[in-house]
Amino acid sequence: MSIHTHHEGEHESAYDVGLLGNDAHWAFGTSFEDPLAGVDTTVPDGVDPGTLAAYSLMLGDDALVLSHRLSEWCSRAPDLEEDIALANIALDLLGQARLLLARAAAADPTLVPALPTGSPVPAEDALAFFRGDRELRNVRMAELPNGDFAETVTRVLLLSVQRLAVLQRLSRSRDAVLAAVAAKGVKEVTYHRDFAGRWFLTLAQGTEESHRRLVAALAGLMPWWDELFTTHPVEAEAAAAGVGVDPATVRAEADLVLDHLLATSGVERPQVRPRAGVRVDGQPRTGRDGVHTEALSRMLAEMQSVARAHPLGRW
Amino acid sequence: MVTGPRASEIVRDVPADYSPVERPKGPGLSASRAWEAAAAVVDPELPMLTLADLGVLRRVEARPDGSVEVAITPTYSGCPALATMCDDLVRRLGEEGFGDVRLRVELDPPWSSDDITAQGRAALREAGISAPGPAPRESTGPVPLTLAPVRRRLRCPRCGSTDVALTSEFGSTACEALYRCRACLEPFDHVKEH
Repeated sequence: MSIHTHHEGEHESAYDVGLLGNDAHWAFGTSFEDPLAGVDTTVPDGVDPGTLAAYSLMLGDDALVLSHRLSEWCSRAPDLEEDIALANIALDLLGQARLLLARAAAADPTLVPALPTGSPVPAEDALAFFRGDRELRNVRMAELPNGDFAETVTRVLLLSVQRLAVLQRLSRSRDAVLAAVAAKGVKEVTYHRDFAGRWFLTLAQGTEESHRRLVAALAGLMPWWDELFTTHPVEAEAAAAGVGVDPATVRAEADLVLDHLLATSGVERPQVRPRAGVRVDGQPRTGRDGVHTEALSRMLAEMQSVARAHPLGRW
Repeated sequence: MVTGPRASEIVRDVPADYSPVERPKGPGLSASRAWEAAAAVVDPELPMLTLADLGVLRRVEARPDGSVEVAITPTYSGCPALATMCDDLVRRLGEEGFGDVRLRVELDPPWSSDDITAQGRAALREAGISAPGPAPRESTGPVPLTLAPVRRRLRCPRCGSTDVALTSEFGSTACEALYRCRACLEPFDHVKEH
């Protein structure tokens, strides 16, 4: 798994043609492209590689899709500080997605979409840019189209409350790779949740208009809350094998955090019916099954267009 | 378990001379030529810091066959500087005659701001960047939600005033917060406790 690079004669970068000078710091030249280079990715004993890979994709896709929605805010946030904050959160999540998708690919390489011979696209990029919406396993709340700032704050809050509780337990996974990725993620998502929580409180207690927008955002998002804690068979299997976390087990903690924030903010929990899955062969299917809202297809069409147009491209 | 906003702010002391206990480095390698070459490579976003001072360089092992294996850890999961660091390590080691470099990512244990060395902290201050205080301890129970603003008691790295204000918890790089000094009116970066 380790990257083997030879210094002599392999650079095709601008360093070598003298455009940038020797002091330039640019991220090209060494083909460093494996975020798990040298990491032991052996699947633990008694764990089905396909289950571990599918489970890693679920957590990775949550991060990937929310990251993209947050990156859509770039240059559009209410002020520069919040613009940078949202971009930073998007970057953290993209980093988590990259590691988790790479972990999935290492556990079960058959999941990685096939690309033309000679394509330099690494496995985690192939998973991010060459899967269709039916193959993505994120929860649907992550993919909803962006609304106003209150909607994004609320969405980051709800998803971070769930993700932090999951990652904290996942840091004790029997899979050393998932455990390490989760331990790193806990530090990052703690910041995300605090950021969103403070803005939630600020908007709730701000002006009449900010309060109105916040309440509307919460009412629009809460129907998608249940799905975050509904156990998919893959999650149940991963949890039983000691490598994953059953999201149903974090529900009580997540509800407690949310109710505390709502009480502090003076906002009532909206009485809404959970959004049902879509019936496929008589069974309700949701994001974890690859059954999404129309918004995901539109998002992917934009997100994947450049990569799909240039499957042999080098960046 | 949940920490709500309190009447008073949460205050975190950031002593200017804070110096954490350093993690032990790889076995007996700090004196080797390969280690020295690798350790001198600087962070592309904080070029006053070497990778050794930032604490991301975990091991440098020269093999009998002339190859070198370098273990590096990212600061944040999405740190875009990691690829550049690897690029620079390969280039620098190549200049020292190590043509065959293998890079390994080491995720465990995760990087902590406590991994920034005393020398690194001095270099940050010298460059007008506020160094981090003690990294928060890992909580064993649920992570508390912190709604009250966390006020760090720190000094402006330019004029030394303690009259500073947080502009944003998210600064120009993933690992920095943005502050401003009310005394000299200059903005400055603070490397976050992580």
